[in-house]
Amino acid sequence: MRRGAEISLALLGVAGVLAAAWAAPWLRFVLTIALAKGIAVLGILLLLRAGQVSFGHALYLSSGAYVVAFLAPSLPEALLLLPLAALIAGLIGLVAGLFLARYRDIFFGMLNLAISMVFYSLLEKLYELTRGTDGIRVEPPRVAGLALTLEAYVWAMLLVALVLAVGFGMLVRAYLASPMGQALAGIKTRETRLEFMGVSARRVLLAAYVLSALMGGVAGAIVGMTTRHVTPLLAYWTTSGELVFIAILGGAGGALGPFLGAVTYELVRVYAAAAFAEAWQAILGVVLLLVILFAPGGLWGMLLGLLGRRPGRAP
Amino acid sequence: MSEALLQARGLHLAFGGVKAADGIDLDVLRGEFLAIIGPNGAGKTTFLNMATGYLRPQAGTIAYEGESILGLAPRAIVRRGIGRSFQLPQLFTEHTVLENVALAVAAREGVWSPLRPLLRPAWREEATEVLARFGLATLAGARADALNEGARKLTDIAMAVALKPRLLLMDEPTSGVAAAEKMAIVETLARVLRETGVTAVFVEHDMDVVERFADRVAVWSQGRIAALGPPGTVLADPAVQREVIGIEGPGAAAAGLPGGIAAGHA
Ligand SMILES: Nc1ncnc2c1ncn2[C@@H]1O[C@H](COP(=O)(O)OP(=O)(O)OP(=O)(O)O)[C@@H](O)[C@H]1O
Ligand SMILES: [Mg+2]
Repeated sequence: MRRGAEISLALLGVAGVLAAAWAAPWLRFVLTIALAKGIAVLGILLLLRAGQVSFGHALYLSSGAYVVAFLAPSLPEALLLLPLAALIAGLIGLVAGLFLARYRDIFFGMLNLAISMVFYSLLEKLYELTRGTDGIRVEPPRVAGLALTLEAYVWAMLLVALVLAVGFGMLVRAYLASPMGQALAGIKTRETRLEFMGVSARRVLLAAYVLSALMGGVAGAIVGMTTRHVTPLLAYWTTSGELVFIAILGGAGGALGPFLGAVTYELVRVYAAAAFAEAWQAILGVVLLLVILFAPGGLWGMLLGLLGRRPGRAP
Repeated sequence: MSEALLQARGLHLAFGGVKAADGIDLDVLRGEFLAIIGPNGAGKTTFLNMATGYLRPQAGTIAYEGESILGLAPRAIVRRGIGRSFQLPQLFTEHTVLENVALAVAAREGVWSPLRPLLRPAWREEATEVLARFGLATLAGARADALNEGARKLTDIAMAVALKPRLLLMDEPTSGVAAAEKMAIVETLARVLRETGVTAVFVEHDMDVVERFADRVAVWSQGRIAALGPPGTVLADPAVQREVIGIEGPGAAAAGLPGGIAAGHA
């Protein structure tokens, strides 16, 4: 039943995104960014299953974006840039993960932060390579070999983001129900038992970490190709915090949560920033506080509650 | 190949001044059920911890199937075929009972499949069968942290059994299990283990269970094996009765115990 409901909601969401983008052209950009962040937040959700919070996933988002910035001039094809960004972010995740998967809780969170801040300062300082805080402009690449008009390109990016969001959403959903995902949840409650069953908890966490890095890279590539301007701000700790924020706002109970959270976050941000230029961060803070206090299952939990289903538990 | 499946020689381990293992020599024989009895703090759990790689002895050797397992991680030792259940059940508290056992099945069959569900038909079926054997069928859907102590204990053992070990070490398997069910459950467990040729070591405080199911009994006292032999002989020894079955606790002097009743194997 749950599966059927989730598929219907996902289809509803896809239709909603397309309809909104059709009706309001300025939303195309906002929704593309929201979907990209949702993909990155899927990775945060995976790690949350193991009880771990990364405060450094901006590292992977920015890796993906800079892969696009560096390679787009010589390789102007979105459908090649995306897998390359995924691969490189995944590799960085593998290297960092081999070290990080030994740590838990506050150490895991802070070491992620530390590594991402090192990366941030490199992006800032290596001016010759990265043009520092000025960032790098990205010319729109071709999409499937086609050089598109700007309007068509914006649409194409939205569709690419939508397809990838659905694909990674399904992947994460299957992953969480698989032995690897269930063992991940076992790390949270009884890690030593995994070892006494012959399973390496570190490898279980590492696998999820690499997948989360890869999704972060894909998200960053979409962000880079959509904003067409890549700056070190993408690697700054506030970006990492934003991903965790969205994860909690959306709810960690299911693969739709990150997208609910990301779309809500981006819309609130755009509207609040327009209406109360000074106070929008305070508004987001209050929203987060309310969610944590009154809806620990996040927006996804609230939605399930409205639909009369039990929220929250691992699938 | 030797008759001993597990061979411990001269195991020493002290925690500060406490000698939890003070020269343990023990052969666990292929196919036997060996009971370990002894007062609280005698070092029974410490022995299981050393045999499963959780603690490393400060001196001595442990071999399984004739090969040293000293210094191996628990994970590596489990893969060689030594399973274990715990004095305090080690369950995945946010999973259901069925998922806990299915995870053990997955751990044995290969956990590294990211796309197919844990509760795939074959694994669900196997886990369900294991649960049925332990009388846990009706609790399959319950969350592990909602169980009473007896059910938690049984789930813990069911997980160890689902790994299909060749040597199963159980730490007080019947503590917390209601007296009325205890014998029936041990009976089933013993039958399953005998049928599959599993060798078992179990720490046990209930002498009725020991008498009925153990081929041999080892009496632990202050980090040493004070007596070893068939239950009929060992349990009849007055010193053992005083130390283990009578007044328990480190106060009861181990001095009265004989150095070891000749290790005649039943
Ligand atoms: N990790 C540890 N650190 C410090 N001391 C320990 C540790 N493990 C065991 N001990 C001590 O070693 C001694 C033996 O403990 P152990 O748990 O092996 O006893 P036991 O025979 O299993 O007792 P019980 O019947 O109460 O379970 C005790 O004094 C205990 O306090
Ligand atoms: Mg003990």
